[in-house]
Amino acid sequence: MTSEIQVLESAVVRFAGDSGDGMQLTGSQFTSSTALEGSDLATFPDFPAEIRAPVGTTFGVSAFQINFGARSIKTVGDQPDVLIAMNPAALKTNLGNLRSGGLLVVDSGAFTKRNLQKAGYEESPLGTPMLDDYQVIDLDVSRLTLEAVKEYGLGNKEALRCKNMWTLGLTLWMFSRKREPVVDWLNRKFAKKPEIAASNVAALNAGHAFGETAELNVSIKRYQIGANKTEPGLYRTVTGSQALSWGIAAGGELAGLNVVLGSYPITPASPILHTLSGMKEMGIVTFQAEDEIAAICAAIGASYAGSLGVTSSSGPGIALKMEAMGLAISTELPLVVINSQRGGPSTGLPTKTEQSDLYQAIYGRNGDAPLPVIATRSPGDCFEVAIEACRLAVKYMTPVMLLTDGFIANAAEPWMLPDLDALEPFKVEFAETPGEGETYNPFKRDETTLARNWGIPGVPGTEHRIGGIEKSFDTGHISYDADNHQKMTDTRFAKIDGIANDIPLQNIEQGEEGSTLAVVGWGSTFGPISEAVKAARADGLSVSHIHIKYLNPFPRNLGTLLKGYDKILVPEMNAGQLKTVLRDKFLIDAKPLNQVSGLPFKIIDILSAIRAEVGAPDTGVPNTDVKGA
Amino acid sequence: MNEMTAPAQKLTIKDFTSDQEVRWCPGCGDYAILKCMQRTLPELGATRENTVFVSGIGCSSRFPYYMDTYGFHTIHGRAPAVATGVKLANPELDVWMITGDGDGLSIGGNHMMHVLRRDVDINILLFNNKIYGLTKGQYSPTSDPGTKAPSTPQGSIDSPMNPISFALGSGARFAARTVDTAQKHMPGVFTRAHGFKGASFVEILQNCIVYNDATWADVTAKPVVKDKQLLLEDGEKMIFGAEDNKGIRFNARTFELEVVTIGESGITDGDILTHDESNLQLARMLAELGANPGEPMAMGVLYADPAETTYADAVHAQVDEYKGKRSLKDMIYSGQTWKVQ
Repeated sequence: MTSEIQVLESAVVRFAGDSGDGMQLTGSQFTSSTALEGSDLATFPDFPAEIRAPVGTTFGVSAFQINFGARSIKTVGDQPDVLIAMNPAALKTNLGNLRSGGLLVVDSGAFTKRNLQKAGYEESPLGTPMLDDYQVIDLDVSRLTLEAVKEYGLGNKEALRCKNMWTLGLTLWMFSRKREPVVDWLNRKFAKKPEIAASNVAALNAGHAFGETAELNVSIKRYQIGANKTEPGLYRTVTGSQALSWGIAAGGELAGLNVVLGSYPITPASPILHTLSGMKEMGIVTFQAEDEIAAICAAIGASYAGSLGVTSSSGPGIALKMEAMGLAISTELPLVVINSQRGGPSTGLPTKTEQSDLYQAIYGRNGDAPLPVIATRSPGDCFEVAIEACRLAVKYMTPVMLLTDGFIANAAEPWMLPDLDALEPFKVEFAETPGEGETYNPFKRDETTLARNWGIPGVPGTEHRIGGIEKSFDTGHISYDADNHQKMTDTRFAKIDGIANDIPLQNIEQGEEGSTLAVVGWGSTFGPISEAVKAARADGLSVSHIHIKYLNPFPRNLGTLLKGYDKILVPEMNAGQLKTVLRDKFLIDAKPLNQVSGLPFKIIDILSAIRAEVGAPDTGVPNTDVKGA
Repeated sequence: MNEMTAPAQKLTIKDFTSDQEVRWCPGCGDYAILKCMQRTLPELGATRENTVFVSGIGCSSRFPYYMDTYGFHTIHGRAPAVATGVKLANPELDVWMITGDGDGLSIGGNHMMHVLRRDVDINILLFNNKIYGLTKGQYSPTSDPGTKAPSTPQGSIDSPMNPISFALGSGARFAARTVDTAQKHMPGVFTRAHGFKGASFVEILQNCIVYNDATWADVTAKPVVKDKQLLLEDGEKMIFGAEDNKGIRFNARTFELEVVTIGESGITDGDILTHDESNLQLARMLAELGANPGEPMAMGVLYADPAETTYADAVHAQVDEYKGKRSLKDMIYSGQTWKVQ
């Protein structure tokens, strides 16, 4: 049957299936197609830590959520409008979140007795009142796929692996998206296995044709979501890991230094190691070390010898690197430390997101060991923040901690391609051979930045010895002198605190100075806070959004700015870390809003907290463009 | 090591001596090693600017402060990783790594294993005094069983490790041994280590006068030197002893090396093994020699078998193959893009 096309402003679609069902691929291909139509979007790959958890179990469910729209999209959406469930376990774990009245597509072919049992269903929920709240389309996708690919002579198992493409075809039809980018991608990916490529394409086409022609128990509506009117320019989709890696490469070029990355595999930071390892064209050297400690130590060694040392990891790995970070602080060598935060403590939730390493970043390490800490707020933002980390590292001769998280690392969003030629260089000048009668002092400091001068091996006349033992302020030689230690400690703090004069003043994302409530965030909570504040303001509430990128030191106007608000609410995916730091620095009554579930905030949770703070009634889901909330 | 431009005029011991006061205990074996290094570098044509000493933590790791070259006193056990980073950044540098039995084999054992396995072109000097000195005398991973120390008042229990066996087991392609007081032998070993392309591992038997005095006396004391040290030379018979009549023979029945006396029981020169530095199996047996009474310890170069290339060179060869073929802009602007008008 032919359906009429309904125009929507935005929609949230969630693909859920077994780890082996290819949901991440389905989601990312849907994303490409959607991005090419010019819609704004945000994605959320949500997968288990196990590579292949036992088939059909609830803990083996892998999901991919996308929120896309003809308007600005800042979150992945609180509630899916459409859920595609490839097996009973996927239905069981994801149904609760589907919007009431939302569309549910299930592969009834996977609802076997055994799969139902594994998911903990006593009987099939299909056709029962359990699903009355939703529009259900149950299709035997397994059988339809087998039929679609039968002519290619694949084995049953291989043929069934095309199920995700069948589903993708149907979904692309449903949202009036083009198949061509997916077909191109399949042909490239399986260039060496043409029969696999052809059968996947056949499944994709079959799913698409099914939407066009099938007689269904529920009429599938067809939707159109147009392009987002946004800043003109050339765009692509980018994940946080990609943008961060590219930013590091750009930072190295702007500094005029070779990048040496020391890293050790860890979820969710590994994609940065992978991406930079594939960037040898830019002269980037990557070193997969024997452990986290070796990874940072090699980066420090590289910086000592005149490269830009970079190390990337996640919380547990960062913990192991702390002593070495102290060495870089003590020897005042540039270094970029990237922490893709994940759920903790210990191994915690490796594939889930959290922002609970702020204390670790600011207060970690033995001794009084300050370093700059900056955070990225979204996938595209990673590019700029990585460049800024490089700039601060070389200008101030210091390790810089760059905080990102598992959500940002894996999520994708449209990104306007930067004009690389317009980026401001910050070229490093190494210490030169001293003139007659002069000697080189490695700890001679720049009067403004307090950075020491960087002499590197290979240059005659700047030979020097450095190490983790306290150094004389005057000569750089070992010193156990009491007054000197005080002076050096003060100097190390003054150097880092002075960075406040070299970073932008804190801006207000939405709202104005001195409103009733400031919602203050950092990192990947940017999207949900932004949408919640927007909704609250649409209701006429006196609320502003402040999002902090520079967490140490803070922008120099931040204290004054925050003191202008009656109340301060700090939503964080941790037990209240920024809240504590704000209270400590500014003696303000920052109130926490904490969620430590491994999942991003929902807009509605922040919105409810805002309403409670300003004494507005909790009227539930706002009817603004915060659709799905 | 790397071929470098020789200094314009020959440097001397003074050029490699820093202005820092040496702070080891009086009588420490480290002094002799330092002097030997300061004396040998000019002979090798080394330049101050291209020479880097990297160390970990411990008495031996203070070494870089006393060399007027580039030096990096890092953190406990991590010198191999830092040195690897230095070589990755600049493979042309001549990097020496100074470590001890605690720093290099205990807390840094993992890094040591990997720097050897990777064959990073650095010269590793492991000062083995079988004790923790700087932390005041605890037993180390090379301490003899039964070592009484503050942490083992009843004597240590665990078995010691043999540094050279460890190195060979880790895939080292160069392993040598010398003694702190052997001022004639040590420069030759340094020269060989420096000349080797790849990771060269040198164990130096070193005396800690305060916490483990005379621990090597049964090998290094003047009266026993000739009987307890087998000075290896590639292609030469393994003959030693005060009367130059002892030799090493391979016993095919026990699959072991054994000490024999030439002229006794029909033993002739022909029975004695000839040293072959490229023979890994022989090196493994030589590493363990000295464990039994009557056996000498093998000194000099036990094993030297350079690879075609070294780690940092190979890394850079990969980078150079691609470098410049694509710019960052090419990369970012490639793939699926769309234009918003």
